[in-house]
Parts: sequence; C-alpha cells; structure tokens
Amino acid sequence: MTPVTLSSAAKRYGTQWAVRGIDLSLMAGERLALLGHNGAGKTTLMKLILGLIRPEEGSVRIFGRDPAHSRGMEGAAIGFLPENVTFHNAMTGRETLAFYARLKRQSGAGCSDLLDRVGLAGAADRRVATYSKGMRQRLGLAQALLGAPRLLLLDEPTTGLDQSLRQTFYDILADLADNGTAVLLSSHLLSEVETKTDRIAVMDRGRLLIAGTLADLRTAVDLPLEVRLTVARDRTQDVVRRLAPFHPAGDGEALSLWCRPQDKMSVLREVGAMGSAVIDIDIHQPGLDAVYARLTGTTIGKPIGAPVAEQAS
Amino acid sequence: MNALITIAAKEFRDGLRNRWATSATLVMAGLSLALAFLGSAPTGHVGVPPLAVTVVSLASLTVFLVPLIALILSHDALVGEVERGTMLLLLTYPVRRWQIVMGKFLGHSLLLGVATTVGYGAAGCAAALATPDAVSGGWMPFAVLIVTSVALGTVFLALGYLISSLVAEHATAAGVAVVLWLCFALLFDLGLLGFLATTGGQGVSATAFRWILMLNPTDIFRLINLTGVAEVRRYSGMAGLPALATIPLPTLVVAFAVWIGWPLVLTMAIFKRRPL
Repeated sequence: MTPVTLSSAAKRYGTQWAVRGIDLSLMAGERLALLGHNGAGKTTLMKLILGLIRPEEGSVRIFGRDPAHSRGMEGAAIGFLPENVTFHNAMTGRETLAFYARLKRQSGAGCSDLLDRVGLAGAADRRVATYSKGMRQRLGLAQALLGAPRLLLLDEPTTGLDQSLRQTFYDILADLADNGTAVLLSSHLLSEVETKTDRIAVMDRGRLLIAGTLADLRTAVDLPLEVRLTVARDRTQDVVRRLAPFHPAGDGEALSLWCRPQDKMSVLREVGAMGSAVIDIDIHQPGLDAVYARLTGTTIGKPIGAPVAEQAS
Repeated sequence: MNALITIAAKEFRDGLRNRWATSATLVMAGLSLALAFLGSAPTGHVGVPPLAVTVVSLASLTVFLVPLIALILSHDALVGEVERGTMLLLLTYPVRRWQIVMGKFLGHSLLLGVATTVGYGAAGCAAALATPDAVSGGWMPFAVLIVTSVALGTVFLALGYLISSLVAEHATAAGVAVVLWLCFALLFDLGLLGFLATTGGQGVSATAFRWILMLNPTDIFRLINLTGVAEVRRYSGMAGLPALATIPLPTLVVAFAVWIGWPLVLTMAIFKRRPL
C-alpha cells in the first residue's frame, strides 16, 4: 500500500489557495525532500497528509485511507515533527515522551532507548522549559520515532541543529528508509537535501513545480553545464575552431564552454576526436541551488514543463 | 491505556504540579474556615454555629468562587494549546478530538473535586473539632454541599471549554469568561430581582419562575443546597417559600446534568470542525 498519494489535491484558506493541483506520491523506503520558500505550501501539504485539514478538491490517501477520518488513521503508524515543535514546559523530557508513547499505545520501555538515540539521555529528567532549541528538536524527533512509524513527516527538522546532530539526524533517517519507512521532509538547506534524500519536490506559491531525482530536475530545467578543458598549448586554436558551435572561451591551456545537457555528448565526441589536443576535461553539473533558483525564480507564471530560455551565466 | 484516560491523567498531574490545585485548595480552605468561624459574626456572636449554618454561608461562597476557579482552569484549555502549538502535534496522534475534550474535562473535574473536598472538608472538620455540637444535624448537608459545588464547577468547566473552542486567542477567552462569570454569579439574579420588584411579583407565574431559575446553574445549585435539605432550609430563609420548595430534587439534578452536558457536546462538535 502506497504510504502517500495525493491526486489534484487543493486547499483554500478564504479566497486564497494555499496549495492547488498537487499530484504526488511517496513510496515505502523513499526519502522525499520538499523544497519551497516560506508560504509555498509545504506545511499545508503536510497538514493535508496528516488529516488536520481536508482538501477542497482532489483526494489525499495515506496507506489507502482518508487521513481526515480519525477512525481510519488509528494504528497507521505515522510520525510527525512540526516546525518549531513545542511541548508542555512543566513536564520533563522523559515524561513528555512517556505521555506520547501511551497515546500511541506503546509501552514506556522503549523511551529510554529513544532518548539515548537522539542524545537526550543526560537531560531526560529535566523540565522541558530548560531545554535549548536543539534539545527540543531532539525530543521532537524522539516522539516522531515512537512506535516505529511507517510514514515520517518532518517539517523543517534540521533548523537550529548543529552540524553533528544533523549528521545523527540523517543517519537515523537513512536507517528508517532502509527498513521501509517513507520519509517526507521539508527544508531550506539545499546542500543537505541534495545528498541525503532520494527525490526532491519543489513547491512555489501552492503549486508543485516538479518532483524527481536531482538528475530529473536538472533535465527539466535545462540548465547549461560547464565543460572545462585543459588543452595542449600549441593546439588551442585548433580546439577552439572545432568546438566553435559551443563558443569556448579562454586562451592558452584553459578553455571553458557552456552547453545544454542534451549537447553534452556532442561536445564529448568532438573532444574525443581531437586526440591528444585535449589533456584533461571537467564537467560541472549545476547544483541543486542553481536548479532551485531557476525553478522558483524564472518559471513564475509559466506552466510546469514549459521550455526555459537558455541562459549562460 | 485509553487516550482519554492518558489525557485526563496528564491534566490532573499538570494541575497538581503547577500549583493550581494547591492555590485553589488554600483559597477554598481559607475562605471557608473564615466563614465557619466568623459566619455568625453579623448576629453579634463569634463562635462556631451549627454546621447547617456554615453550609448556608459556604453555598453563597461557592456561587462566586467555584465558577471562577473552574473558568480559570478551562477557558484556556483548547485555545491555549492551539496557540502554543502543542495541539497540532497532539492531533496527529491516534486521538479523537472528543477524547481530548473529555480527557481534559475528566482531569480538571478531578482536580476541582480534590480542591473542593479538601478545602471545604478542612473547614468542616475544623468546625466539628472545635464544637462537636455543631454537627448535631449530621454531615448530610455538608456532603451535599461538596458534591453540588463540584457539580457546579464542572458546569463552568464545560462552559469554559465552549468558550475555548470558539475564540481564536486566549485573551479573548479570558474576557468572555469574565463576562460569563459576572452574568451567572451576579447579573442574572440581579436582573431577575429587578424584574420581580418592578412587576410587583405579578409579571411571571410560579411555574415560569421555576423554569427561569433553571436557566442559571448557580440558582440550581442554590435551590438544591438551600431548599433541598430540611436541616438547612430552616437557616436559609427559604422555609417560607413553598412555590420554590416544590421543585423536586430529581428535576434539579437533571437540570444540573443538562447544564454539564450541552456545553460539552457543543464544544466537541465545534472543536471537531475547527481547522488548525
């Protein structure tokens, strides 16, 4: 059963559509990153999946069931970490986790292990009021992990965490995904998401612009890639002439050119045909930040998948 | 353990820990002790009067104090958690929304029950110890007082949740709660008195008057305590009011149950539809 399936889902607040026309599915064992500016609809999407709000149009299915019917969600093993998670200040970390464990019908036995796993064992018996932002986030992760969830939703989970804890955090996510848990996390930190997740979904102003692997995204945005060549000094002119359609720049030993992804092989074939004239070659793919900037910056007002004007920077 | 019980237990423990129960108990014990020992001072006599007289004094205290502390406890219960963000997380758990309302109601009722029993009970015991003669009439009126005080408190807990489910900010809830308290503890009876005085008591039939009293839970409380127990009726000035005394006790109990029930049911219905 697919953990998450959204079909043409739309949610409106007043006259403003918070999200619209969302088609997205999340498979077991998959880590999907949700990217978007503030107000892009990431949190609304999570609330739809959690059944906290109902879609005005389309449908949302969690393991084949409607999450807005609480009866259907009992025992669905969902973990959620809200953005800026808050707890009852008068309770200790251990009491907080035990409270949530009872609500998930878990025995309190696993709580100590969980606290240990998120690095809170030392502070477990202190009141949550004394916790730092990072410690609250750890406790938030611990409660989300209660009861071995098969679907984990994390809203901006790593904001406020230091580098070492982020590493622990993503290690835990990798473990869970290996065991078949579907993970959906929203983030602003593109560099992390690039390497720590399997698929990326980009949202902008309530629309889902694209969802796919980083390679899919690169192809879709059609960003030029940079090819850097080291050439034999006496054959520079020769190389420049043969690669003329790609407008190579530079002189002497170092040349660089920009080409569209689909022209990459043509460039390589030309380079290969030149034999020893080219000593070394480097191909630079655009990073997620460049892809993201292109997706959310220059496609405003254009339908998804429309060709984007080539722009060699 | 059932989600309802888990939430009730948490609310109860929160109340004990944040000193709410302690302060409520102390306020009730202090005021009721003062009434028990000084209640007959206006008659020129300082000493411990019969327990039945203490019941009459405490009943007047309850009408003002218990609704107030119940509203303090409940007006914030839903909207406060929504504002702090803890409700969002709670609702993603396998918990039905009605279980949250009923769990809080159960936990808060228990807190109120403990505070009232200990607070008033301390005064009753102190009075009995000081003058054994005081309890010649038996403990029955006192037990009725405690039970009905807790029941009155639960009515205002339920009304507090209703406010909490309707408003968007806890400050609004506090304002509405104060107005509600003023209306039921003071303005309703003042208005009714004014109406009776201006119409010379002819404006309304005895039957209608009885039904009008049912519209105010504090009046139901007064009727049970001041007219329902024979021992107390003698001291409460109600002995000569046959029209009122004929409201049978079961009717009053049912009226109380309705006053606890309708705000709770409405709260659960409203909270179920509340978007987060």
